[in-house]
Amino acid sequence: MIRVEGLTHVYQTRQGQELKAVDGVDLNIAPGEFVAIIGHNGSGKSTLAKHFNALLTPTSGRVWVAGISTSDAGRLWEIRQKVGMVFQNPDNQIVATTVEEDAAFGPENLGVAPAEIRRRVDEALQAVGMEEYARHAPHLLSGGQKQRVAIAGVLAMRPACIVLDEPTAMLDPVGREEVLGTIKRLNRDEGITVVLITHFMEEAVEAGRVIVMENGRIVMDGKPKEVFSQVRRLKELHLDVPPITELAQSLAREGVPVTPDTLTVEEMVQQLLGN
Amino acid sequence: MVNTITIGQYVPAESIIHELDPRTKIGAVTLLIVALFLVNSFTGYGLITGFLGVAILLSGLPVRFVMRSIRPLVIIIIFTFILNIFMTPGKTLLLLGPLQVTDTGLYRGTFMSIRLVLLILATSLLTLTTSPIRLTDGVERILAPFKRVGVPAHELAMMMTIALRFIPTLLEETDRIMKAQMARGADFESGNLVGRAKNLVPLLVPLFISAFRRADELATAMEARCYRGDEGRTKLTQLVVRRVDVVALLATVAFLTGTVIWFRV
Repeated sequence: MIRVEGLTHVYQTRQGQELKAVDGVDLNIAPGEFVAIIGHNGSGKSTLAKHFNALLTPTSGRVWVAGISTSDAGRLWEIRQKVGMVFQNPDNQIVATTVEEDAAFGPENLGVAPAEIRRRVDEALQAVGMEEYARHAPHLLSGGQKQRVAIAGVLAMRPACIVLDEPTAMLDPVGREEVLGTIKRLNRDEGITVVLITHFMEEAVEAGRVIVMENGRIVMDGKPKEVFSQVRRLKELHLDVPPITELAQSLAREGVPVTPDTLTVEEMVQQLLGN
Repeated sequence: MVNTITIGQYVPAESIIHELDPRTKIGAVTLLIVALFLVNSFTGYGLITGFLGVAILLSGLPVRFVMRSIRPLVIIIIFTFILNIFMTPGKTLLLLGPLQVTDTGLYRGTFMSIRLVLLILATSLLTLTTSPIRLTDGVERILAPFKRVGVPAHELAMMMTIALRFIPTLLEETDRIMKAQMARGADFESGNLVGRAKNLVPLLVPLFISAFRRADELATAMEARCYRGDEGRTKLTQLVVRRVDVVALLATVAFLTGTVIWFRV
């Protein structure tokens, strides 16, 4: 789905200095994958994500989306239709004055016929569970609902992949749950490739693959269990470990028979009850 | 304080007026405004008031509710009235110190006030019965023929949409910043006019910075959703001119032309 080869991106800071935000990244994301990218602020994860739909183009190296190079300016809109992007602030990505008009914004830009737009909007709102709010004004919705509207706006363009750049950072726990549930369902039921950038480890745990970034480089890449069981390494990178994993490791050290790569409370309960 | 500002206060309902094409309504209101400036007699204004009254009744909105839209502009109306009374030369009716009330002044003051009231009522009826989306669609379509001579019809409509979308968001933000600054001892309520204006600086600076940041992020989000102006763009909602639109517009044109020809001095 997305193939990155030797990607480097250099920013020009206002003082005229050059800043390497992404430094020689190689990455392959297969269709239907659910990838979480973690790393603390300034690790380059957002810059990397912006390359996935050609909002940024590589300083050097190449990025291919569904076989199209993002440096190919002539096929920019094709790329952006294939890879939808959801941003952090729900208020600053809703364009229209009603929910359904906003969901229609993408297909309208693509020049889809009105009857087809109607169908797509209804489907997209249904997919995120916002069909009841179709005619509501966006500013009256909760943060989680707004973010679901933003996802619907992307879905209506029928993308193969959705990139979400810290979509839950500004939400309360209820909103986070809503958004994450929606993302998981879309990945599982609709087979949409998901790239989730986050700094919540509980969210990364839900992904099929976790990528850890540091100083513009990928430093860890594997299944959540493989990544999160390396507690010491993560702490070196100043990243949190899911509390339940930390507990499991302490217990394991004390001789309690639980596996040190336990990621969820349910898993822990099952292991303890099993014994 | 912030919550009292309402713009584009659309009231959804089902009525002939609500269901008219926005272009019909914008056209009719424009004609009515032109007529208000051409007609020069009280009888003419009486007829126009009647016409507007019928439209308000047809809209099914409570008359008192429509009248309320005058309230924010009462001061301007009173100001106009007083200015006209005192500043127009004519036969003196009353002396108040150095000021004199003249007969033509009284006549003009009343006339201007009625004109303002009718202007406000007509435009309010438009925004009360037309949703912001249909209004902007209407504006875009009306301006579309002028694109050739460089009128940015689509861009204007898009700006209107975004403005309407962000007014509540920015009002909320204003409220939040105000509270934050008040918690730090800022005072927005006392002092003279100059002092108060100065006190607004700690409110306006963060508000502007935030608005620019929002604009930047919105632009990125729009680009990510393939926005590239109106080139090859389609619309979810289509505007359709129906027979009732043609009839309504013809009736308005006939009535207003008649009134203007008859009562123009």
